[in-house]
Amino acid sequence: MMSERNLNIAVLAMFIGIPAWAYFSDEPFTITLMTRAAIFALAAVGLNLALGVGGLVSLGHAAFFGLGGYVMGILAYHAQTYTPLAEWPFLVEGTKSMPVIWLASLLLSAGLAWVIGSLSLRTTGVYFIMITLAFAQMMFFFSISWSAYGGEDGLSIYVRNNFPGLNTLDPIQFFAICFVILLAALFLSARLAKSPFGLALNAARQSPQRVETVGLNTQRLKLVAFVISGAITGLAGALFADLNRFVSPTMFSWQLSGEIMVFIIIGGVGRLFGPVVGALVFVALEHFLGGLSEFWHIYLGLLLLLIVLFGKGGLIGLICGREKVHD
Amino acid sequence: MTLLAVSDLRASYGPSQALFGVNLDVQEGEVLALMGRNGMGKSTTVKSICRMMPSEGTISFASTNLINLASHQTARLGIGLVPEGRRCFASLTVYENLVAAARPGAWMFDSVVDLFPRLGERAQQVASSLSGGEQQMLAIGRALMTNPRLLILDEATEGLAPIIRQEIWSAINKLKTETGLSILVIDKSIRELRGVCDKAVILERGRNVWSGSIDQLTSEITEQYVGV
Repeated sequence: MMSERNLNIAVLAMFIGIPAWAYFSDEPFTITLMTRAAIFALAAVGLNLALGVGGLVSLGHAAFFGLGGYVMGILAYHAQTYTPLAEWPFLVEGTKSMPVIWLASLLLSAGLAWVIGSLSLRTTGVYFIMITLAFAQMMFFFSISWSAYGGEDGLSIYVRNNFPGLNTLDPIQFFAICFVILLAALFLSARLAKSPFGLALNAARQSPQRVETVGLNTQRLKLVAFVISGAITGLAGALFADLNRFVSPTMFSWQLSGEIMVFIIIGGVGRLFGPVVGALVFVALEHFLGGLSEFWHIYLGLLLLLIVLFGKGGLIGLICGREKVHD
Repeated sequence: MTLLAVSDLRASYGPSQALFGVNLDVQEGEVLALMGRNGMGKSTTVKSICRMMPSEGTISFASTNLINLASHQTARLGIGLVPEGRRCFASLTVYENLVAAARPGAWMFDSVVDLFPRLGERAQQVASSLSGGEQQMLAIGRALMTNPRLLILDEATEGLAPIIRQEIWSAINKLKTETGLSILVIDKSIRELRGVCDKAVILERGRNVWSGSIDQLTSEITEQYVGV
């Protein structure tokens, strides 16, 4: 069987090789597809921290994805219309700067995750799933009702935001930005999983009471994981909005929360590259099967069914065998 | 100086009362044996001290009343529990089990390995692949990594091979003589308890029936209340 490390290297090679081939073959659409895969992977890397390591089955991560998207949309909208975002208590202007938008997305998504997590983590099991879903649905309907920013029609941004020294309208350069951020998130995720915090979180998933008896507050561990997870997914939302130059309430939809979870299940829950493999497969199916039939989700459902029934470690589990350390 | 003082401790499992006013105390550097037959309230007493279940009465640890605290807060104050049945974090390695529990203090990975060299040899092995004895050593090591002032061992040698039991008792002895750690130990091995404990408390049906110095614990008393 192939080692997981080699598979991870192969996946990274695909993320470099395919866009490079597309660049030299003048296939910008393929680069955009890979950018979409990298952004979806980033969103799922965020959820994987809560779901895979912490065992928190959140069906509301679209709340963070959508918030990140709207942070980008609102800041860019005010910048392009030259109107201030707020004048009181102090003047807040819009911006077209990606780093500023990313920072705002990270902070606001983390803040929202703290609020949602503080309330949801009082519950467990199916109640946790439902309460996270309820928060995301509240955000969804709020965005529909917010006519100042397009309501149900969403908000268009005419020109992609700026990154110092790069032409972000060039597909390969925007892909490079998204890929580097994905690598950074993977690095952070790997370090976190092996840090005392990650180990304690992993242990709390297995036996919360035992973790409490060694002096660790499991609720706080889970909340911190949920906040970091929400922040990463929020950043993915900001990038996704920049990719499409458009934000709409569908970024908050429960279908999107489900899709982010599907990426992880397809790739392998708790595996570092599980979300990456899952997002890549999803985008490939969406592209190739979507071209054959608009009901391509039937085939996605079939794949998901097969993986859940026969390969609980996801595709990575099927290719590399069961993980040695993760139960 | 009194480190732990438990008085009039009462606890119930739903409508069924398990403790009817247990009293015990552990002084700094002292080793107390908590004895009794199965189902007499020993583990319930320990769970109450560690705030793993609701109870009434007074539990004073280093002059702090624990009764309204959460489990993790008692551990932070300095109570290290080695629970019945070991319960290591199965999917983590030996090293990860220890690091996950670490709190600042003299006990670190290396000092735990000095106490239990087997854990050093198996540092990268997952806990679920260890033998029962090694898992017990890991559970003790994990509790020590929290740098406790009081170590509670709940049936730490139960069901282990004689040679492993010997290793664990010698480690407990070492903890007492070399570190002066206060220890509350639940066990039925009277001979080993005599070798390491300063005093004993015997429970029957959730009440104290005997307490005193270990030297005063006669075989008649142990036969009557512990059945050994």
